[in-house]
Amino acid sequence: MPGGAWQALARPGFLRSPWPWRSVGYLLATGGSGLLLCLLLVLGAVVAGGLAMVLIGLPLLAALALVGLPYAALERRLLRLLPDRTPVESPHRTPDGPGLPAWLRTRYREQATWRELGCTALAALLLWPIDLTAVGCAVFVPLWLLATPVLLALDGEQVNVLKVWQIHDQPTALALALAGAVLFAALSYPLTAVAAGRATLVRRLTGRTEPDHRIGELVRSRARLVDAFEAERRRIERDLHDGAQQRLVALAMNLGLARLDAPTDSLLAGRLADAHREVGQVLAELRELINGIHPQVLADRGLPEAVADLADRSPVPVDLDFELPGRPPPAVEAAGYFAVAEALANLAKHSGANRARLTGRYADGRLGVEVSDDGRGGADPARGTGLTGLADRLAVVDGTLTVSSPPGGPTLLRLEIPCTLTDPSPPRSE
Amino acid sequence: MHPDRPVTAPLRVVLAEDSVLLREGLIGLLERFGHRVVAAVGDAGALRAAVAEHVPDLVVTDVRMPPGQSDEGLRAAVELREARPGLPVLVLSQYVQRSYAADLLDSGDGSGVGYLLKDRVGQIEDFLAAVGTVAEGGTVVDPEVVRQLIGRRRDPLARLTPREREVLALMAEGRSNAAICRELVVSEAAVSKHIGSILAKLDLPPAEQSHRRVLAVLTFLRG
Repeated sequence: MPGGAWQALARPGFLRSPWPWRSVGYLLATGGSGLLLCLLLVLGAVVAGGLAMVLIGLPLLAALALVGLPYAALERRLLRLLPDRTPVESPHRTPDGPGLPAWLRTRYREQATWRELGCTALAALLLWPIDLTAVGCAVFVPLWLLATPVLLALDGEQVNVLKVWQIHDQPTALALALAGAVLFAALSYPLTAVAAGRATLVRRLTGRTEPDHRIGELVRSRARLVDAFEAERRRIERDLHDGAQQRLVALAMNLGLARLDAPTDSLLAGRLADAHREVGQVLAELRELINGIHPQVLADRGLPEAVADLADRSPVPVDLDFELPGRPPPAVEAAGYFAVAEALANLAKHSGANRARLTGRYADGRLGVEVSDDGRGGADPARGTGLTGLADRLAVVDGTLTVSSPPGGPTLLRLEIPCTLTDPSPPRSE
Repeated sequence: MHPDRPVTAPLRVVLAEDSVLLREGLIGLLERFGHRVVAAVGDAGALRAAVAEHVPDLVVTDVRMPPGQSDEGLRAAVELREARPGLPVLVLSQYVQRSYAADLLDSGDGSGVGYLLKDRVGQIEDFLAAVGTVAEGGTVVDPEVVRQLIGRRRDPLARLTPREREVLALMAEGRSNAAICRELVVSEAAVSKHIGSILAKLDLPPAEQSHRRVLAVLTFLRG
């Protein structure tokens, strides 16, 4: 993976480009921070080691394992001094749940955490001397040579160049200055190579690995797919609403008017009445169908109103307690709505319950919905497609489904979807 | 009823419906029965303007209209009723949804409003009767929406007997006492007794009888 710095080295205008200066800046920053880190680590290890005797130090030692996280984040920021085609991204996963314990659990189990710790150790123990030495050799030596004539003029008698040569006359000093200029240009090549090499190493250790990249791409493409499905459902719903539904209503109206015109008790009146009834049934079926594809109340009023509507339709009486401080994204609303619809349908079909309860809340970045009943229990995700389909629906938006349904009941279904809420008020237009 | 005669006094109607097919159909239907459509518009903004200009006896509007294709028509209807509390509004909807109907009935004092499924315009006589009821200040809720509500057993409706719930459902549909008698095949005295009992059980404040009926229907819809 040849980075921007590597490519810059090969280009003819390299010496006039900002790349040598970027490299100097990068190595100074990494060298300085590495040195500082080294001192802090030594101090931390001594303190923790000392305290380990009285047990307080052990958690401190464990926390030391996490020092790679902020330091790697710093290293990734410093990489911006040597920009590449693909910016380096954090390799960490989103924690499994809210709160510090979940965060710690995720971080300690991640390979990325340990790679970053390795990188940090490398930076603190090995890399910073190299960084600083490289900058010292490639910048300060030529600068010193360049400054010789000035130093000689100031001193008047002699100059100790690099503490090695004693110079007494201006011509030699000028020659040394010339050599310094040439050396400065020549050394900027290896200097940039060192910076580029270090950047490549850090990029490998603190960035995403190939599988991470693939998973990231898969997650993004899945999200696009879910949004596309959602948009498609809305389009189909709109087409049916604007087309077939309006035409059928107009047809029903015309048939109604025709019935008024037909002679009472005639054969024609009978036929018209049949046709009229038929249209009425088709309209009712179409309305149900459209509502099943994409319920308008969900788009207009949001999830709480839409599930209240589901609760209204449920043959088993449902106690409802569903409040959200804002609106989840459309895909999450749809997943939540259809999951509740499925859960209530299952409940009515299989549970034998007299009463159900539906609650919905938003807490810790997650939408949580619970459906419980006083039925006979024994719901098993392994049998039947209802619960599996429900879990699949939720999985596409990173949601989870937990079922507790011992034989004899009661059944409790809990679904959780991570999401962020937007402003509650305006209805979503299409 | 003889066809082609108005069920009620001729009304000046503002109609809002974005489907041209239905708009023309509704104009034809209303005018055939003696009403006058003074303005027929296709979006919520034009509806507000037309009502301001014509001050009609009745507004008939669709729920879903441009530009948002969301519930603009319903929102416009609610706004209009807040601005002009006595304005009768009949909303034609494709959705059997309590929340839409409840929003509409909550606007103003709940009298002179109707929420009907669009299918209902096919039942010409029922539709014209609803038009008349709403224009006269009555309340009409589509039987389909009412049916959805009957299964719910929440306070304070839980206190009603099944028969009283039936009577209340028919009241919500905008039926008169006489119509309820015919529907349930009971005497008018029995219906009056049921209604009295419903009003008492729902703890409605003392008021004029017809207004209390509206309040009872509202309680029913809010569930």
